[in-house]
Order: sequence, then C-alpha cells, then structure tokens
Amino acid sequence: MDANSFFNIGNLIAGILTIGIVSFLYKDNPLYKFCEALFVGISAGYWLVIIIFTVILPKLYDKLVSQEYVYLVGGAFGVLMLLRLVPKISWLSNWALAFVVGSTAGVNLIGYMQSNGMNQVKNTILPLWTGAWGSSIGNLIIVVGTFCGLVYFFFSKEHKGVFGGLAKVGILFLMVTFGAAFGYTVMSRMSLLIGRMDFIFGAWWGLIR
Amino acid sequence: MRREVPLIITAACGFIFIIQFFIPHPPLNRIQDVFNDWVNIIAGFAIVLGILNLLRVNLNKMSKKSKGWPYALFTILGLLAYVVIGLAFSGGRSFQNPGTAFYWVYINLFFPLNSTMFALLAFFVASASYRAFRARNKEATLLLIAATILMLGRVPLGEYLSGWLPSGWRLADLSDWIMDFPQTAGQRAIMMGIALGIISTSLRIILGIERTYLGGD
Amino acid sequence: MDFWQKLLAVDRRVIFALVAVAIIIPFFLNFPIKITVSPPVNAVYDYIEKLPTGSLVMISCDYDPPSAPELQPMTETMLKHFFLKDLKVIILGLWPQGSVQANIALEVVMRDPILKAKNLKYGVDYVNLGFTAGNEFVIIRMGTDIHAAFPVDFNGTKIAELPLMQNVRNFNNIAFVFNVSAGYPGTYEWVIFGVDRYRFKLGAGNTAVQAPLVSPYVQSGQLIGLLGGMRGAAEYEEVSHYFGKAMGFMRSQTFSHAVVIFFIIVGNLAYFMTRGKRT
Repeated sequence: MDANSFFNIGNLIAGILTIGIVSFLYKDNPLYKFCEALFVGISAGYWLVIIIFTVILPKLYDKLVSQEYVYLVGGAFGVLMLLRLVPKISWLSNWALAFVVGSTAGVNLIGYMQSNGMNQVKNTILPLWTGAWGSSIGNLIIVVGTFCGLVYFFFSKEHKGVFGGLAKVGILFLMVTFGAAFGYTVMSRMSLLIGRMDFIFGAWWGLIR
Repeated sequence: MRREVPLIITAACGFIFIIQFFIPHPPLNRIQDVFNDWVNIIAGFAIVLGILNLLRVNLNKMSKKSKGWPYALFTILGLLAYVVIGLAFSGGRSFQNPGTAFYWVYINLFFPLNSTMFALLAFFVASASYRAFRARNKEATLLLIAATILMLGRVPLGEYLSGWLPSGWRLADLSDWIMDFPQTAGQRAIMMGIALGIISTSLRIILGIERTYLGGD
Repeated sequence: MDFWQKLLAVDRRVIFALVAVAIIIPFFLNFPIKITVSPPVNAVYDYIEKLPTGSLVMISCDYDPPSAPELQPMTETMLKHFFLKDLKVIILGLWPQGSVQANIALEVVMRDPILKAKNLKYGVDYVNLGFTAGNEFVIIRMGTDIHAAFPVDFNGTKIAELPLMQNVRNFNNIAFVFNVSAGYPGTYEWVIFGVDRYRFKLGAGNTAVQAPLVSPYVQSGQLIGLLGGMRGAAEYEEVSHYFGKAMGFMRSQTFSHAVVIFFIIVGNLAYFMTRGKRT
C-alpha cells in the first residue's frame, strides 16, 4: 500500500495518535491520557534500546572482549550508578555521580571561561569609529548594550545615580532581547504545528502534494 | 567514606580536565581520554537508571491501584514492547535501519506522539499572546514592538508590507538589524553573566564547597 | 459585560481554532513567496561553495522529531549541497533521533536524479556514525580520536573498516562542520567544546527558539554563519536553489504570525478599553 495513503496502517496509527494528543485542546480525555502514557513508555523503551546498542555494547562489552580491561572501571561506575535504586546502598551511586559531576565541572569551567567569557569580552572591544556611520553606530550599540546589560545584572550595588541610569539602559537592551526571543519562539512553536498539519493533510489525507 | 570519597573523586576529575587543557601531552591526555570514555559509559547507565526508576514508579502505581493506574499499565506495556522489538526483532546492531520493526515503530508511533505533544505549544503560545502579553509599561511596550517587528520581518508578509520602503529600511532589514546589534548585545550580557555563574559554581564543586549534588546522606 | 470584556473573556478554544485555520488554509493556497537571504545564511553558503572538491565535511544532527519541520529541510538542503559539491560527508548525532532523522533526509535527497547519477556509495562518499551518549564529552573525544568516540557506525559496523574513515583521526581532518541543533547538546556545546578547543570551522542551523541565543557567536566569528528556524531553512533553499518543504511552509508561517499579531493587538486594545472599568 502507498506510504501516502489514508489506509496505510502506519499512517492510520500515526493519525489516530495525533488526533488523540490534539483532543486535549478541547478537554482532557481518556484518549489523550492513553496517548500520553504510551508516549512515555515508548520513549523510555526507545532510549533503553539505543543505550544498549550505542553505548553498552560498543563502548563496554566490545572493549572488554578485546581485553581493554581499563573499561572495567567505567563499567563498575555504571553499575554503581544503578545502585541508586537500592535504598540501603544507594550512597554508592554518589561515587559515579561524583565522577560525572567533577568531569563536567572541570570542562565547563575552562570551556565557559574561554568561549562565553574571554572570547565575548574580546569581541565586544570594537572600534567606535570605523569610517562609516552604519558600522560605527552598530559597534557603539554592541559596546554600550553589552556593558549596560552587565551593569544591570550586578546586584551587589544599589541601582542608583549614574549606576542606576546605566542599569536602566541595560534593561532597555534586555527588553529588546526578550522581545526578539518571544518573536522567534512564536515562529518556532508555529513550525511545530505546521509539520503535523503537513502530515495530516498531506501524507495521511492526501489533500496536498 | 560516604562524603569523603565522592569529594575526592570530584576534585580529582575536575583538576585533571582543567590541567589537561593547559598540558595536552602524555600522560594527561591519555588519562583524560580514558576518563572521557568512562563518562560516556556512566552517562549511558544513568539513562538506564532513569528508565528502571520509571518502571518502578509505574509498577508501584499499578500494585497500589492508585489514581490513573490503567495508564501506568500502558506505559509499562509500551516500554516492554518497544524494548523487545528493538532487542529481538530488529536485526541486532542495525536496528535503526529503514525496514526494521524498530524503525517502523519510530516512524508511526514515536515520531507522531513526540511531534504532536510539542505542536500543542503553538496553540498555547497564541493563547498566551492574547491573554497575557500586555503593554503595561514602557519596557513591556519596547518588548512588544521588538517582537512585532521580528515576527513580521521573518515572514514574507513583512516583504509585502514594507517592500515599497528603500532597501535597508524594510521590515526584514530592521529585524536583521535588531538581531545583529541590540539583541546580540543583550544576549551577550546574559551569556557572560551565565558564564560567570557557571565558572564560580564549577569551582565550588571541584573544591568541595558545593555538595548539594551528594544529597542528604 | 460589554463588548471588550466579552472579547477578553472569549473561550481559549476559539483562539485555538483560529490558529488551526491560519495554519491549514495556506496549504491550499499557492501565492508566491519572496524571501531575502540574510548575511549569516549567505556566509554559510559562500563558505561551502569555496571548499575544494573532495573535502571532508561533518554534519551533526542534534534534534528530534518535534523540531523536524524547522530542521529537517535544513538537513536535506545541506546534504544536497554537500553531495552536489562532491564533498565527502560524515553524519552523526549527539541526539539519538538525530542520526535517524539524517537517514530519513538521505532517503529524500538520494531521490534527486543528479545525485542518483553520481552513484554515491555508503562508506566511500558518506557515512553515518549514529549516536553515542556523553553530550559535550563526545565532542571533546572527537577532538582527539573520532574512532574512540564512535567505535561503530549507525549499522553497527566498525568505523575502522569504512574506507572514508581510514584516514580520519580528529577535527584536523575535517574542513567544515555543520551543526543542526534543537537544544542541549547543540550549537552552544559545539562552539564551547569544539571550535574554541580545536579551532575548526563551524556553521549552524538552529530552531528559531535557539537562534537568538547563539547570535553573539556569529558576531564574534565563532560561528561562520547561522540558519535560524524555518525562515533560515527557506533562505538556504533560496540561495542554493535546492527547494524543499521550507519555502512552502513559510506560507503557513506568514498567516500564523499575522494571527498572533492580531491577537496581541486585539488583546491589548481590549485591555486598555476595560482598564478604567476594572479600577
């Protein structure tokens, strides 16, 4: 049967599940609750299969079979993580958690300092006169906006006087930022719905090609 | 043991990853590579932990016949069915290839359920725009104006409405300008603020000052 | 209740219905779309155009089905561009669904008659490394040894056995990376743990929610360019002339934005008209 046919069993199931979820907009109902429960179960099943085939088998089992026994330690930490489910010895999972947390803290400290700290400071030091009005105003806006935005986030000093004035300018820049974020969020959310409507009216009902 | 060993592990891992950045030579780079691989394995097991916990919670719900327990049954059945399909009926390690049972369930169940769940947000964002988005003060008005210019500038409607304006002043140009300059400035300030927070929190964790991740034990 | 108060109290299901109509109706209309291509999108296109034939490029698909309407067209157009430029492509995903979505994109792209004629071979012209857990640690590991980060590919084959991967060790062998991202891990992590550590060239395609968050990276040069949301996908289709679904979807996007702006205006009007009556 044609993959784009209404009676294609896959399309039928996908369509019914789509309608089940969308029915929540009218009101909460058993079909929606069933779809929601199924989604949670299938997602969990999906992840479990993925982890077995993409992590546990190639990165642990295959390594041990090729006698790279250093990976036994990683496997042991992994098993310790699972002990969180056993209340009496769940404290052992903290060792595995500490490994991940410590590693993450180490890479994040350096990474964020370099990329989001120093690199951003470096690229905010811009010439305020470039020879052209357009780029000069643009550079001025970036320098002033970044500086005033940072002043606003400095809450250790009261926002009064000149400092308060700079913080107020910072708020204006942040409002533009949040307005842009809202506009883009609307765009993104509408895109999600457009995709589903394309499936319903295109692949399933065949009304659009 | 319960507090000291995790704190030592945290500090050791943190310092190795930091020092290796500055001294990317043996043996530190080899140690970092091994630690990196272990983190990937532990991350995998952490996901397995979450799934087992989900199973436990839903089995509890079913055994106690709590409110909504039949739905817990569907969750467990969905989980077990997909795991069995993936492990036993999908060709082993090439389980994700088109034509396998695992792929069929992904396309016809997982994909529509996942997508439609998030597609509902479109309706809620429209409802929120109508009910809550108010120009109560000048800051909110500025936010609203920026949002409107961007929403119009990012779709062809903006080209139609402002096509008669000179180049550089049309809605698409204005929205690009807003993104390139004031928005970038504000976003950069937020980015740098978050970076400072992450740096200080990471330092506190490595030095053992921040211990909340160990829980109440 | 007067007219404005009734308007403020309207059932939200009416709003939902209007949104649905605004999205559905454009599917049945065929009005022309005018898209101007922005500099960040042009920058990505120009960079790829300048890559020598046979260069190795990487595309990391870090998204899941909900983001597919925005990002799937980007992935398809990008893959088409890579193959038509005779570049060798390594596909991977830091999200498990990403590598599956990439495979779906490959299926669509390979239907193109020009690409069919090229007779592209898996393992020689392109590979799909699949997914592995670890988020930013995977990026860091790829910087030292891609074979260690991804021991097997999407099909479970050892990547050392694939001809394309024989001489690929780390990012030094990759001319360009394109990241299609919907969240964490994504473009942020690629910049912080990839670009600034290993100094390779990165372009990005993001969902519209994430695009503003990474815009400072475009100004700083950490990103060569950025495709933001469905509009970015449509712009890339426009500049490359490889047309897919994004251009068509922009019709619904137009109507939906108009409806939301209408709601904002009417909601505020009703608010101001009833403000005196509430106090």
